[in-house]
Amino acid sequence: MTGTSLPVLSAKDFATDQTVRWCPGCGDYSVLTNFQHALAGLGLPRERVAVISGFGCAGRLPYYLNTYGFHTLPGRALPLAVGLKAARPDLTVWVAVGEGDTLGPGVGALLHAVRRNVDIKILLFNNEVLGLTRGQASPAARVGTRTRTTPHGSTESDLKPLPLALAAGLTFAARTADVDAERLLNVVRRATFHRGTAIVEVYQNCHVYNDGAFDYATDPSIKAETTLELEHGKPLIFGSDRERGVRLTGPTADIVELRDDVPLDDILVHDESLPDPTQSWVLSRMTFPEYPECFGVFRAVERPTLDEILHVPPPGPTRALQDLLAGDDPWTVV
Amino acid sequence: MAHHPRTDLESAAIRFAGDFGDCIQLMGDQFARTSAALGNAVFTAPDLPGEIRSRPGTLGGVHAFQVGFGSSAITPGDYVHTLVAMTPAALRANLPDVAAGGIIVANTDSFVAEEWVKAGYDRDPLSDGTLTGYRVIRVPVTTLNADAVSALKLSPRDADRSRCFFVLGLMYWLYDRPLDATLHWLRDRFAHLPDVYKADRRSLKAGYQFGMDLPGHAGFRVAAQVYGPGVFRRVNGATALALGIAAAANRSGREALFASFPFAPAVELLHQLMELQPPGVCPLQAEDESAAASMALGASFGGSLGFTATAGPGLGNISDVIGLAVAAELPLVVIHTMRCGPALGVPGKPEQADLLQAIHGRNGESPVPVLAVRSPADGFDVVLEATRLTMRYMTPVIVLTDVGLLHAGEPWRVPNVATLPDLRPPASPPPPTPGKPFLPYARDVRLARPWVVPGTPGLEHRVGGLEKEDGTGVVSYEPADHEHMVNVRGQKIAQIAGDIPRLALEGPPQGDLLFLSWGGTYGAVRQAVESLRTSGFNVSHGHLRHLSPLPADTSDVLRRFKRVVVPELNCGQLVSLLRSQYSIDCESLPKVQGRQFLGAELADWARGSFRPRLLSPGVEL
Ligand SMILES: Cc1ncc(C[n+]2csc(CCOP(=O)(O)OP(=O)(O)O)c2C)c(N)n1
Ligand code: SF4
Ligand SMILES: [Mg+2]
Repeated sequence: MTGTSLPVLSAKDFATDQTVRWCPGCGDYSVLTNFQHALAGLGLPRERVAVISGFGCAGRLPYYLNTYGFHTLPGRALPLAVGLKAARPDLTVWVAVGEGDTLGPGVGALLHAVRRNVDIKILLFNNEVLGLTRGQASPAARVGTRTRTTPHGSTESDLKPLPLALAAGLTFAARTADVDAERLLNVVRRATFHRGTAIVEVYQNCHVYNDGAFDYATDPSIKAETTLELEHGKPLIFGSDRERGVRLTGPTADIVELRDDVPLDDILVHDESLPDPTQSWVLSRMTFPEYPECFGVFRAVERPTLDEILHVPPPGPTRALQDLLAGDDPWTVV
Repeated sequence: MAHHPRTDLESAAIRFAGDFGDCIQLMGDQFARTSAALGNAVFTAPDLPGEIRSRPGTLGGVHAFQVGFGSSAITPGDYVHTLVAMTPAALRANLPDVAAGGIIVANTDSFVAEEWVKAGYDRDPLSDGTLTGYRVIRVPVTTLNADAVSALKLSPRDADRSRCFFVLGLMYWLYDRPLDATLHWLRDRFAHLPDVYKADRRSLKAGYQFGMDLPGHAGFRVAAQVYGPGVFRRVNGATALALGIAAAANRSGREALFASFPFAPAVELLHQLMELQPPGVCPLQAEDESAAASMALGASFGGSLGFTATAGPGLGNISDVIGLAVAAELPLVVIHTMRCGPALGVPGKPEQADLLQAIHGRNGESPVPVLAVRSPADGFDVVLEATRLTMRYMTPVIVLTDVGLLHAGEPWRVPNVATLPDLRPPASPPPPTPGKPFLPYARDVRLARPWVVPGTPGLEHRVGGLEKEDGTGVVSYEPADHEHMVNVRGQKIAQIAGDIPRLALEGPPQGDLLFLSWGGTYGAVRQAVESLRTSGFNVSHGHLRHLSPLPADTSDVLRRFKRVVVPELNCGQLVSLLRSQYSIDCESLPKVQGRQFLGAELADWARGSFRPRLLSPGVEL
């Protein structure tokens, strides 16, 4: 290749020759395809991208992406990515983790990565189940979920990654679903160019152990009623006739019918850029069936990133090291 | 007054002991600086209480600082020659370490009923016979010091602040040290506080004068060491390791990321690196040990040198990450400080009981090179050696040190950076050509796979914790492949035995008795062997820097001795390794008291064990 213009890459260029080993029908396939398309559309050279993963089905992602990749261990993907980014600010670092990892062994690491606002991007596969270990309750399992380890239905309250991370200071939060190609492409692109920690939560169907868990949000025939598409600067309206909206009463979201006595002015206008995270936190917690579930970008704000703050002087010059070795109080023996 | 001649000593160990407010460390540091400037070899060892601010006057709150000095000082010294006891508790905690006939400098102002009771004495230990057999110098420090600075009209509180210099002055007289190094230091340090400077100066001189006027004491003269030429400095174990990391970055041309989670005493390294800000080194405080190790490994994956430091139970917290580095075949240097265990054990006290954990403590067959630091300054060289191995063999490396070594200090000949080993890693492989794909697990003559820096076009590849097919690096669960990979990884580490120095011996290459040391027992063993050889015993000393793999000639060397004795601060871990690897029946000399061996203790053992009736096993210390 000559010249300086970047080659135009296609999704295929980001594929490897490895056989993909997820179960037939798994939502991970569409995440993979859409992610490959998204990467191809970013204009980044392959060698500048590193994908770090944790355990579980989600953790297999790097093997199917022709970039630099590292399949690690539960709870270790995020700090490993933090170290990589601190050492190599020039790389685009994506982390692929399941919710079982991020909300279980990796929950501390999640909060700390977010708190540091390291410029890494997290593709968070949320299937609300421990997939690879064959279907036990995940920390994200909603109350009442029956699995082999919760035969009478789970009683513990579920953890949701976005509210948790927003509380720790997350600067970019987005949610999408595996089948939603366009939105996935869009939020991956925005996350990539966000400066700071970004989370893209993907509702991902585990066809074998939690099939249909997100049908309410992805079924085209009902999703207008059950979901709300966030658009910066636009009022939060949903419904097949866009007849309902979200109003804030104190910190509480209310769903209201848009009738004559409820003026549009009362409806909350989405603002991704609010310095205070409360509003994005409220929206990220809204859960079907009490509320429509929000998709799109909840929050996109900037603050200094760890990798910018860590400015490491290069290994030279030797003189400086020689002085350092001698210390403040050397003496000479002749 | 009649002038007795001073008594000549080859070396001595003194210990300052007292409460938090007694400036123990300051006195020790000044004494060490002055002695080093005089040409003494100096080895310092602080002994801090486990609690931050324990109750003054109690045994748990005693701070101590030992200075060994003389013609050779490779340990903090043997039994204490002079103990400065600022309080009854300080006396009680440290008296067992004082040599028979040793000197006790007692601050009589604090030997009052209330204080002895706190220390657990029910009578005044200065007069009840406790100190029979010792030479006691009674000094009402607070009172005499107040007199010394009275002309300055300071408040009693401010006046009392300078009393440690009174004690220091007395100790300078006792061991014939000049005052000027400390006076210069005081002048620079308190240039902006003339009253403080004046008070400290008066106190120092008054303490010295007090010594001169002591009836019946003539003091000592301690031989200087013959050393040099070169530029020297004092360095403690933590600083030497930190400087080693800085030098490793410089000599490898790779940036170093040092990530660690605060845990005494490993945190000293983080402090040092934050303070020194060496070029090429990025120190980072992580949220826990496993995150720290993961960050370091992430940096290594990115082409930087990843370092992490742990202590005590922290090594267990990162065993999965070390295993991951074994599988991914990436560099990672883990500096582990051993302290008494299990769990939190005895904080602040050294042990060597993590050896087998370092060598074996991971799931699966996951061999890693393990090295150990033998003295404070040695940490510098060991870090460079670990860096060489980690990059050359694409493997994590564990460096063991202990609490005692990390805090202890000794003079160090400052090396010339240009003559340090060249640690540049092998060049990145060429980009693939059609028909010749890039093989991330292709191996060089040393069985190491290439270290590719992400960002290099054409060499994109994936690593991870699942088993790989050799060469291609594709995930593989083939039985034969796994066995092959286990063997290759094992062989890669085993052959390092041929790439390290032979087992270093001092003394004859064969004979009756070989003392074999590793890590921090080096100094005591060397001291013991020197003293035994001086008294005509046929004894040799071998020291292991590389614990895994062991030097190639280890078995041959050991077999040339009738008896091989291994003193260890554990219940015989190296001995069990030697027995299982070489079927050699070494004898174990275990000590697990949170204290390093004393040279005299080992020499006494050897003298005793050479008597025929002690030739049977079942050695006792
Ligand atoms: C140290 C360790 N403990 C437990 C496991 C077993 N394990 C493998 S995957 C998994 C759950 C993964 O769940 P999640 O992160 O949600 O990923 P998914 O498989 O659902 O995509 C568990 C518990 C493991 N691989 N390693
Ligand atoms: S177990 Fe579930 S998440 Fe895992 S591959 Fe199968 S369908 Fe997908
Ligand atoms: Mg899951």
